[in-house]
Amino acid sequence: MSKISRRTFVTTGLAAAGVAGLATAAGLAKRYGLIPPDSAGIWGPGTTLTYAAQRLITTHSMAREFPRSMISEKPFANEHAPLGDDFDRHKNDGFADWRLAVDGMVAQSASLSMADLKQFPASSQITEVVCEEGWSYVAEWIGTPLSEVLKACGASLHARYVVYYSIQPDWWESIDMADALHPQTILTYGMNDAELPVGFGGPLRMRVPRQLGYKSVKFINHLTVTDSMKSFGKGLGSASPEAGYAWYAGI
Amino acid sequence: MSATPTAQTPAPRHAAFVRATHWITALCFFALLLSGLEIVVSHPRFYWGETGNSGTATLFKIPIPSSRATVPSGYNYVLPDQNGWSRSLHFQAAWAAVLTGALYFIWGLWTGHFRSNLFPAQADRTWGAVVDVIASHLRFKKPTADEEHSYNVLQRTAYLAVVFVLFPLIIWTGLALSPGFNSAFPAGVNLLGGRQSARTLHFFVTIALVLFLLVHVAMVALSGFRGRMRGMITGTVAAHEERP
Repeated sequence: MSKISRRTFVTTGLAAAGVAGLATAAGLAKRYGLIPPDSAGIWGPGTTLTYAAQRLITTHSMAREFPRSMISEKPFANEHAPLGDDFDRHKNDGFADWRLAVDGMVAQSASLSMADLKQFPASSQITEVVCEEGWSYVAEWIGTPLSEVLKACGASLHARYVVYYSIQPDWWESIDMADALHPQTILTYGMNDAELPVGFGGPLRMRVPRQLGYKSVKFINHLTVTDSMKSFGKGLGSASPEAGYAWYAGI
Repeated sequence: MSATPTAQTPAPRHAAFVRATHWITALCFFALLLSGLEIVVSHPRFYWGETGNSGTATLFKIPIPSSRATVPSGYNYVLPDQNGWSRSLHFQAAWAAVLTGALYFIWGLWTGHFRSNLFPAQADRTWGAVVDVIASHLRFKKPTADEEHSYNVLQRTAYLAVVFVLFPLIIWTGLALSPGFNSAFPAGVNLLGGRQSARTLHFFVTIALVLFLLVHVAMVALSGFRGRMRGMITGTVAAHEERP
């Protein structure tokens, strides 16, 4: 076999195998839920590769937890826009009437008060908040695992995402069931042995410690369980991709 | 197997595979550098250890304005936020660079590219040989005909350092900034001394890569820009530079 024809043979074979491999990979990825809602568009290839690769390696992984001695003396509360009269009224009431609505693909919709949430099994973790800007801090977070609330409301086995809304109208996010059912994903109402301060998202914040801070949305008042993100906003999964940020923020 | 290359078809200065991966990597590096700088602008403060934020002491600060109002930059204005597309470009270019690098690595081992073109020959692995090359550089001697077709010991060392030290380090320190990756492989970030140490090291390795790039481009310019570019684009060496 001459050199040229061998090279042509090998190159053609590799190209064919590559195309077939890509098609197979795409099919498998779709079947196993490895395609994120923001997979279309110019940044689709990067974010899809990241999401698929990390879903494969993080199946049973836990975010790093730290000893109590590493809790940051100076946690950093990022700025937020004024939260409005409604929020101030709740704050003056000590959030006694703050409600978390749960709806969508659940057997039983619910409207849970902070007192109701504290009846669920509690969980605490000392984890790091990592902002996409580069800064970070470690704190103890106390709350109830999202999985407990989903279980109590009878979330459908066909559900694929949990959408969560803040009292801030521009902030809404969603996570897939792998993160929604993850033991470290908690509806947080306590921080460092105290009530969760407003600056850090009190009275109720979603903590998703295996992803960047922007997935840990503050002032949560509404959860929706769904099997498709198409009818939410622009269908990209959350407000983040609409602002150019990736939906999946495990990086 | 095959005949020696004839006068009509001399072996290219750089194999087509090297030329293709070189330019893809160059494009990715430019995208990563630009988007990385944009991300730094949102928090131009660096720390050591696990945590660090606008309320804690820094290892050092870059004296530039920030794109975030919460950063005490010393400037009384805030730059526009460009992190959305910057982050997306950064990770997309990182995937392209890493996949290209993986192919290059496999190809380089398979073809013996690293052994024959980058690893210094036995005779050159002496201090004397290194001193000789430095001396001829200091005298701005034009490369000899032989050197047109190969790399000297300094070039080989520099390229090996970039391929086998700086590239792996920039990937490692970058992955150590991923909360998802850290959950699966916590040792990756812990060995670097914590998240903020990893971020600072990622910045330092970037500076090392930029310094390499500056020297690399300066050398290309000094030794004959057109000829070097032709060698890396078409693979050919100009007629007057060819071996007798």
